[in-house]
Formats: sequence, structure tokens, C-alpha cells
Amino acid sequence: MRSSAHLALFGLIAAVIAVQQITAHTGSGYYLTQLTMSAYYSLVIVGLCLLMGYAGQISLGHAGFFAIGGYISAFLTTHDLTPLKDTVFVAFLNKTGILWAREDLYGGQLLTVQPWPACIAAVLFTVVVAYIVGGPVLKLKGHYLAMATLGFGTIVYRIALGTTALGAADGLSDVPPFKLTPFLEVSGEMSARVQNYYIAWGLVILAVFLSLNLIHSRIGRALRAIHAAQDAADAMGIDTAKYKLNIFALSAVFASVAGVFLTHYNGGIGPSEASIMKSVRYVAIVAVGGMANLWGALVMGTLLNFLSLRGYLGSYDDAVFGGILIVIMLFIPRGLLHTDILRDLRALLPGKAGEEDA
Amino acid sequence: MALLEVKDVRKRFGGLQAVDTVSFAVAEGTIKALIGPNGAGKTTLFNLISGFVSPDGGAISFRERQVQGLRPYQVAAAGMARTFQHIRLFPKMSSLENVMVGRHLHGRSGFLASMLSLPRTRREELKAKDKAMELMDFLGIAGLAGTEATSLSYGQQRLVELARALACEPRLLLLDEPAAGLNMRETAEMASVISKIRDMGITILIVEHDVSLVMNISDEIIVLNYGRKVADDVPLAIQKNEDVIRIYLGGDDA
Amino acid sequence: MNVDLFFQYIVAGITYGTIYAVVAIGFNIIYNATGIINFAQGEFVMLGGMTAVSLHRFLPLPSAVLAAVLITMIVGALIEVLFIRWLHKPSVLRMIIITIGLSILIREIALHIWGEGVKALPYFTGTSVSSIKLGGVFVSPQVIWVVGISAVMVALLSFFFNYTIAGRQMRACSANREAARLCGINAKNMVTLSFALSAAIGALGGCIVSPITYVQYDSGTPLAIKGFTVAILGGLGNSFAAVAAGLLLGILESFSIWVMPAAYKDVIAISILLVILFVRPSGLFGSREAASMKEF
Repeated sequence: MRSSAHLALFGLIAAVIAVQQITAHTGSGYYLTQLTMSAYYSLVIVGLCLLMGYAGQISLGHAGFFAIGGYISAFLTTHDLTPLKDTVFVAFLNKTGILWAREDLYGGQLLTVQPWPACIAAVLFTVVVAYIVGGPVLKLKGHYLAMATLGFGTIVYRIALGTTALGAADGLSDVPPFKLTPFLEVSGEMSARVQNYYIAWGLVILAVFLSLNLIHSRIGRALRAIHAAQDAADAMGIDTAKYKLNIFALSAVFASVAGVFLTHYNGGIGPSEASIMKSVRYVAIVAVGGMANLWGALVMGTLLNFLSLRGYLGSYDDAVFGGILIVIMLFIPRGLLHTDILRDLRALLPGKAGEEDA
Repeated sequence: MALLEVKDVRKRFGGLQAVDTVSFAVAEGTIKALIGPNGAGKTTLFNLISGFVSPDGGAISFRERQVQGLRPYQVAAAGMARTFQHIRLFPKMSSLENVMVGRHLHGRSGFLASMLSLPRTRREELKAKDKAMELMDFLGIAGLAGTEATSLSYGQQRLVELARALACEPRLLLLDEPAAGLNMRETAEMASVISKIRDMGITILIVEHDVSLVMNISDEIIVLNYGRKVADDVPLAIQKNEDVIRIYLGGDDA
Repeated sequence: MNVDLFFQYIVAGITYGTIYAVVAIGFNIIYNATGIINFAQGEFVMLGGMTAVSLHRFLPLPSAVLAAVLITMIVGALIEVLFIRWLHKPSVLRMIIITIGLSILIREIALHIWGEGVKALPYFTGTSVSSIKLGGVFVSPQVIWVVGISAVMVALLSFFFNYTIAGRQMRACSANREAARLCGINAKNMVTLSFALSAAIGALGGCIVSPITYVQYDSGTPLAIKGFTVAILGGLGNSFAAVAAGLLLGILESFSIWVMPAAYKDVIAISILLVILFVRPSGLFGSREAASMKEF
């Protein structure tokens, strides 16, 4: 089990390198831009897969966590603190090196927060929100859980759309590059394209590595047990509420980190990143990948996001995702990428599908 | 002091007094059985003890600690493990994994350690696996370790569930109708397994429909009817108890 | 704030509240018959409004509305027959995802048919500036239409469920599907009927309110969330309580403009939804005991 999972991880690393090499040798490096963006969305999807597939808790508000990460990071790194320079707090921040005096695009002077502290603040804030929201929300089940998470997502969307400080309908732009180390920088610069492809996919590989370890551990077993039979898990001494909350927060962190990085990569973020349609997309992809199937989610996530970002789905973009959701849930509720897909399809023919557990 | 002491416990569901001021004690190292006709309140009493239902009144003390109103996982952590009348195994997980979930309380690795797969986490994992295999071996189901638990036969599933409960290393084992759905041979095997578990030093409280099974293996038997305790005695005395005979032979009001 | 403005807010609240109640009743009808929350409920409202606007180009208003309701009703029934009927004991998660998929699909189809433009039916009587004096308050005649038609609709529904055979059969199915089936009621047809009915009610709601609120391809989802809030507030399945809850939410929302920017109006409704879900999922008027028996 364990060694095969690690083998697959090496396969992923090899595939990531191979794709980059192919684009380099065929002069199709422009694909890397969408592949980089797909990687960040896949990061959200890996986290959601842990929550939905393994712990069995639906979230129709994950775009909210992505947006919280992206917006906070964008706001902190673009909001000019020069007018407040002399207040005690800002002066103190300035002394600690958290702030950063730089020039904007037109040569004006800006005093903003550095990307690293902004990133940390964004992720920490996401964790706080995830615990505050998750506490009561995860006590709910089924329709109520779905609606409550949908409600959370809508609130984030409405706040992003209605707040002038967050750019309202236009969102925030001119977000500076994120210098991770002296040699690595998250930015949309053409010259940094290959580098960014590897940063994004490196992050995905790290996330998959951590997630695989988690799934095959004591905690992973506890989560799967909660999904399978919550009362029995409870009787085995598993604090089900605590574990659900922790995995919710973890998957929120994945989404938030993706939000931070993609915002620096794109140089901005708009309210559409927080929309319900985005959340539904993430759910759709996890479902298509087969719910409790990290690899399925990753493959489908990359593929569908890539197609969508390249514009291959045209104006039917959202319709395609809606259609996919229906078709998969009607005919192959266990997802496209599982081993006995044929059996599922055959089971449909006599008109009697198998019963299923909740 | 008894291992488990139930005192004046009451529970009402709407208009039904499911458990009505019941008191009893289970002594360490014994098998105590809880019998009674359908709807006598056996399962409710069981759920009260294991924390799945909170009592309206009364006290439950386990290892000299009040446990009434605790959540099931807290009761489990206090040293009680249970099985379910309708088997509650984890589908899509192998038998071994099911039993390993029972080792949960004996592990310490949290989210971070598990994600990083630290050496200590891996050692802990191996230990959990060994212990689970040992228990499955003890129950004669080691050969089924890799099979998906819910695809096993009913009797095998009961044993996997028992192994899972034993994996918690409980002081008190609560068995909810362990022979339900088993054939005669399997029931006899279950009886001998239960005796063996008691001989390992684990105290057992068992709810059972099959009176003959409990007569043979129990040290003491409680009889419930309409949520009230009718008798609480050694098996021989229960067999002679007139109230019990009336309940079981239907001489009550029929 | 002067008295006039105060009453204007009340009237606006009642208008929106009525529509929320209508959507909530749509949720309840399907929920009672199937145990499903139809996430595409808001799309029925949008579909009704949009179809009526299109039909009104060559049909007089009453026939356009009637035809739109009928068409949406057929769409509702078709959805049930095509996507729900043949599923054998689907899980809650599966039903949530299917109905969400449907809502997206309907919305996207609407986008391709009608575009992104905002549309509206004309005022049923008078114009957007005409008003009726009602006990010292000026009220748009359309408000009277909205409240009046909704009231008639609720009365008819209550008559349908209590005094007609089909209605009683539907109630029997929601109480106990197995038993109803044994009594010779075709439970599957009852589910189809519930979708048709719920779609028709949503569509009628969409028509009567469109002169005031306008309608757009994506106006369904926000309505669905509000409608669900109201359904929960009143206790899922309880349609009379939904009317009270709808008015309550509508008025609360209307007055929220006092304390918060209008852009955050939806935040109020959803926050109420979340608080209710956390504190009292059985609703303001529902019994806790009954709620705990339901499967969510």
C-alpha cells in the first residue's frame, strides 16, 4: 500500500518534469501558464478531496477559503500604509521588517506588507475562520451541511463584491511578486514561467505527499471511519467532532495557500474566485475523480481546469461542469477513475442500480 | 467496589419510559448478562452506559468515576468498548484496518506527525498492526485480514467487530446481542470465545436474546421488562424465578 | 427616519418576503414528498419569469403568465422523470450534487437563450409610478398583486392538500411512502407531481414579482438560498410557518439597509440561516423532537 503510493508519487514527479521538457522542446511553453494555474486549483481540490472523499463532509464553500487567502494577501501587499506611517503600530511593524517600501507601477512610493508575512497572516486568518465556521457547521449533516457551507461561501463572495477596500466588482490588482527565496519568485513574468510551473507543481507534490501519508495513518483511518460509520467511530474513542473540524481546517489551509500563490502569480484577484460556481466546480471535480480518490481528483482537476483555462470549453464552461456533475452522479456515482467502472455501467442496463450507503 | 455501577438510571422517549429506575452492578472479572423480551429497554440501557444516550436521571459510575452524560468517545477512553446489535463495521476498509481503528486510543500521532510520517509514527503504526493481527489470530480470523470487512459472512463480521472492540483493550466489554444472526454452531463458538475473553481478565456485560447462551456463560443475569428490573441473580436462581418464567412464557397478561 | 419611509420599508419587506415564502413552499412540497432539498428551486422562479417575458411579446399578459407556469411545470416534471425517478435509494450527497448540477445547467441554458440582460414583465395594472393609497401609505399596485396572488395560491394549496384525493395521497406519501404504496398509491407519480407543482408555484412567483425585482438568468440561486433560509426558519416541511418566516426575513432584510450598506443585504439573510441552523435546526416554529427524527 505504502510503497505503491510512493511509487505513484514518483510517477507524478516524473510526469511534471516530462511535461515541462516536452513544452520546452516543442516550443509550446505557453501551455505552462495554464498548467501552473491548474496546479493551484488542484491544490484546492486535493484538500477538498481529503474533506469530502475521506472524511465524508461536503463543502460548497471552499472557494471562500481560496478567496480569503488570496484577498488578504493581495490587500496586505497592495494597501499603502504611507499615510499611517507615524502611528505607533505601523512604525512598529516597519521596524520589525514586516513592511516594505517599494515603488508602484507608476513610480509612486508605497509602503506595504511584505509577501511572506502577508501570506502567513492570510493562512492564519483562514485557519481562524475555518475553526469558527467549522465548529457549528460540521455538527450538521446532509442538506443542512451543504446549505450552511453554501451560505458561508456566499457571505465571502458578497463581502468581496460589496467592499470598496477590496476593490468591489473589480477586485484587487497590482499585487507584487512573492519572493519565496532569493532565487524563487511567484510572479507572472514571462521570464519566470518555468520557475513558476515548478513552484506550483512542487507545492502540489508536497500536498499529495502529506495527504497520502495522512490517509494511510492513524488519523486517516479515523477519518475514514467517521465517514463510514460515525457512531462506531465514536465508540472506538474517536472524538469525531474534533477530527472533522481539524480536517476541515486543513483543507481550508490548502485552499488558502493556493489562493495566496495564485493571486501573486496572476497579480490580482477578483470576486469571481469566491463565487459559488467556483466552489461547485471543486466539488464537481472531486466527484468526477471518485470522491475518496486523491489521484482521481488530481488528474481530473488538472485536466478540467486546464481545458477550462485554455478556453476549450468556450461559453459552455459552467454548463460543462454542471453537466459533468449530473452525468457522473446519475451513472457512475463512484467517479470516472475507479477500477470497476464497467460494472457500474452494466448495473445500469437492467434498470436496477445497487443500493448505496449514505 | 464494582467495576461498573448503575444507580437509579431513567430514560424516557416521548411517552415511553424506556428505562425506569434501574440499578445494578458488574463485578470485575465477571460476565453479566442483560436479558428481557423485545422492547424491555435492554438496548437503551446499553446505550446509556456507553454514552450514546444521556440518562434523564440516575448515576453511572465506571472505575469509580461518574460517566453518565459523557460522549461515547469519552466513555470509550475511560475503558469501555462495545459492539453493535446491527453490525457497524467500516465499509471500504479491510478487516485489518477495521481492527486497527480499534487501536485508536492507544496511538498518539496527530495530524502533523501523520502527515510527515515521522519515524515514531511509523513505529506506532507497526505496533498497532501487530496488535490487531494478534487479536485476529486469537479469534481465528487472521486469514481475513486483507478482505474488505463488509464483504465477509455475517459470523465473520461479528468476529471482526469483536476484534475491533478488543483492540481498544477495554476493562469492560459491552456486547450487544453478539449471537444475533448466527447459526447454532457459530453461537456455540461465540459462547466459548466470550468465556475466553473473560478468562483474559476482561469484564463483560452482554445483552442477549438467546437465553440459553447466557445461561451457560454468565456469572449473573439481570432481567428487564417494560424498562424495569425484574430480577438480578445467578443463572440457576433466574431459571427458577417465577416472575421471569411468567415473562418468558407469556403468562403475563396473555 | 420618518413614518412614511418606515412603511415603505415594511411594504418592500412584505413584497420580497412573499416571494421568499413562495420559494420556501416550493422547497417544502418536494421535501415532503421525497426528503430531497431541490437546489434548483430558484431556477424555477427564474424560468417562469423569463418564459413569461418572452411569451408576452405575442400573448396578452394573463395568457403569457399562464403559459409560462405550464411550461415550467412541464420542465419540473421532466426533470423528475429524467433525473430522479429511476434512481434507486440515492444518497443525500448524490441528490445534492445532482440538483446543483441541474441548477447550473438550467441557468446556463437560460443564459444561452436569453443572454445576460435584465428583463421584466410590465406592471399587471398601472405603471411603475402609479400607487394606491392604503390606510395612509402609498403602495404600488403590483405589491397588491404579489401579496394577493400568493395568498390565493397558499389557500388553494392548503385546499389541495386537505380536500383533494391527489393532495391527500401526496400527504400520505410524505408521511410514510411504504405504507402509501401498499394502499395502492403510486408514490413515484406523487413525486413527479410534487416536482411539477413546486415548479409551477415557483414560476408563478417569478412572474408576479418580475415587474418589481426584474429577472435575469442568474437570479435563481440567491432566491434559492433565501427561500431555503425561510423554509428552515419555519421548520422544513411546514408551509404555513414558511409564510410567516418569509415575511419576517423580508422585513428584516429591508430594515438591514439602516445599519449596513445595501451590498451586504444578502449577508444578513445568510447569517440568519447559519445562526438558525446552528441554534435551532428545527426552525422557529418546528418541534425539536420531530426534527431529530428526520434524516438530513
